[in-house]
Amino acid sequence: MTNVVATNQTILVVGGGISGMTAALEAAECGKDVILIEKNPSLGGRVAQLYKYFPKMCFPTCGMEINLRRIKSNRRLRILTLTEVTSVTGDTGNYSVTLKLSPRYVNENCTACGACANAVTAEFDNEYNYGLNKRKSAYLPFAMAYPQRYVIDSRIIGTEEASKAKAACPVNAIDLDMQVQELKITVGAIIWATGWKPYDANKIQPYGYDRIPNVITSVEFERMADPLGPTGGKLLRPSDQKEAKNIAFIQCAGSRDRNYLKHCSRMCCTATLKQTTYIREKYGDEGKANIYYIDIRAIDRFEDLYQKVKQDPTVTFIKSKVASITQDKSTGNPILNGVNTEGYQRYSTPYDLVVLAVGMEPSVDFTQLPINITLNESGFIEFDPKNGGQFAAGCASDALDVNRAVQHATASSLRAIQVINKVAGAEA
Amino acid sequence: MSQAVEKYRNTFLREVEANVEEGQWVKMCMQCGVCSGSCPLGPHWEHPPQEIFMMIRANKREEVLTSSSMWFCTSCYNCIARCPRELPITHIMHGLAHYAQRQGLAPKELPTAKFAKRFWDNLLKKGRVNELQLGLQLYFMNGLAEGIKTSLKMQKVGLGMLKTKRMDPMEALGGHGCKDIKGLKAALNKAKQIEETKAAKALERLQSKS
Repeated sequence: MTNVVATNQTILVVGGGISGMTAALEAAECGKDVILIEKNPSLGGRVAQLYKYFPKMCFPTCGMEINLRRIKSNRRLRILTLTEVTSVTGDTGNYSVTLKLSPRYVNENCTACGACANAVTAEFDNEYNYGLNKRKSAYLPFAMAYPQRYVIDSRIIGTEEASKAKAACPVNAIDLDMQVQELKITVGAIIWATGWKPYDANKIQPYGYDRIPNVITSVEFERMADPLGPTGGKLLRPSDQKEAKNIAFIQCAGSRDRNYLKHCSRMCCTATLKQTTYIREKYGDEGKANIYYIDIRAIDRFEDLYQKVKQDPTVTFIKSKVASITQDKSTGNPILNGVNTEGYQRYSTPYDLVVLAVGMEPSVDFTQLPINITLNESGFIEFDPKNGGQFAAGCASDALDVNRAVQHATASSLRAIQVINKVAGAEA
Repeated sequence: MSQAVEKYRNTFLREVEANVEEGQWVKMCMQCGVCSGSCPLGPHWEHPPQEIFMMIRANKREEVLTSSSMWFCTSCYNCIARCPRELPITHIMHGLAHYAQRQGLAPKELPTAKFAKRFWDNLLKKGRVNELQLGLQLYFMNGLAEGIKTSLKMQKVGLGMLKTKRMDPMEALGGHGCKDIKGLKAALNKAKQIEETKAAKALERLQSKS
């Protein structure tokens, strides 16, 4: 599978999330040769981990499905999963890229029957659910994973577990001798669609994410709301597995704060507004959402969503950045402490569950890689003519919502196509 | 100028920017409230820092400068550590208190103000704080009876310090100073001059604008 043919008329897209898939498909559908690489075993990225996405509150499986169909029907697109870039040299129209391919230990024979998963017993934290539950050591990353092929966790290689999995496979798809491979390719342009990661909430000391079990992050809440998630769609408190009905959301948890992330992550306000609708969906008038905010930044057309949520009597808005969170030891309830800006009243209010609307930061620290690219002060890739044939797509360039990320990816694709056309002499 | 415009004039903000240490930061406050929620003395002051900043911007000169709020600050620096915009809140609070004092608007009978005044006067005498004198002054700050009561209460501590030579009773008579008290006074005068020139210039700018 590693005999990838690439030339200086090929576009390399790094990252198989919604932005990377979009950028790769737009270029491939314009007739360019594209290689899409993804470091995880499946495409999908962060969007595949959402329960619903705004503004239309549809399920990401829908958007994923459309993209997967486009991928399957396109002959110009090559996909390499479990692959990372280790170095980039060269210049516009002629980059030499070194890729590192990690073994999946499962080959193309796999029919995703799941016999290997039934055979093994070892379990690891489930990355797809942000570690909220466990998965087997032979696993399918998630229901809509692409490729639909199981993975053997490298941590069981060389153990009896691995042999059990191999023995259980009815189609001889497990190859435990697969090794890490290195691959050098030449490409004309590179699109970095490396995306974002949630800000590490442990760093926000006063909010006690590391010591109060019922303080969780917005991405974890998203998994909880998903019927295919770790709690089967129930909003359960981590401390006692009781249903949480009175829930507080803390905005700007990490964002807009010079101690943590300087930038506004832009989508967290809307994401919280969306998550209040999950509470209504589960409990009707029984549930309560309380949003602590500095100011609500529901950008452009999401103002509608804001107005709609504002009219919901079960949703309360409190204009205040919470100063600290403590815990009521007898009930396990987190208590929010602070001062309300509208009236300057002091509050200490307990809730069943607290959700930190954590900010977005770049998932890749480019300063630590031998890659020459211009970054802004938050570590996102800056648009700079000095980057030559390298472009950012989606959240590699800034904190964006899905809509904007996809638009941005299309634009980056067009920029990469222009580079390739120049190389081919089709464009001056 | 119409009344409506007058109402929204931020002359006090400009005055604070010109005269109060770190006053130029006041306009940067985004009213999130973390400072107020983080202040260990928060429940005791009338106006938390966040509100003081808003009052400055709302031109409430009298209310701010006569307030006892900023005199409650104990310099724990919790607010500075947590402020998402890195405002030097502790310094601004002390700056405001100092400015109110200079303007003669600070409320009388504030223990922290009294302490600050005695500390400064004591320091100015010899360029070094005479802890014995300052301590005694504070004991007797609120009258003879309370002074004797406090002294008796602290008797054991005092004797212990004497025994271990942590306190020299002769210091009460005058004590020792720093090497170059003249130089120190000259430096302080120069600082005062610089401050006054800065304030005068700022006032000039303010008047030329309005």
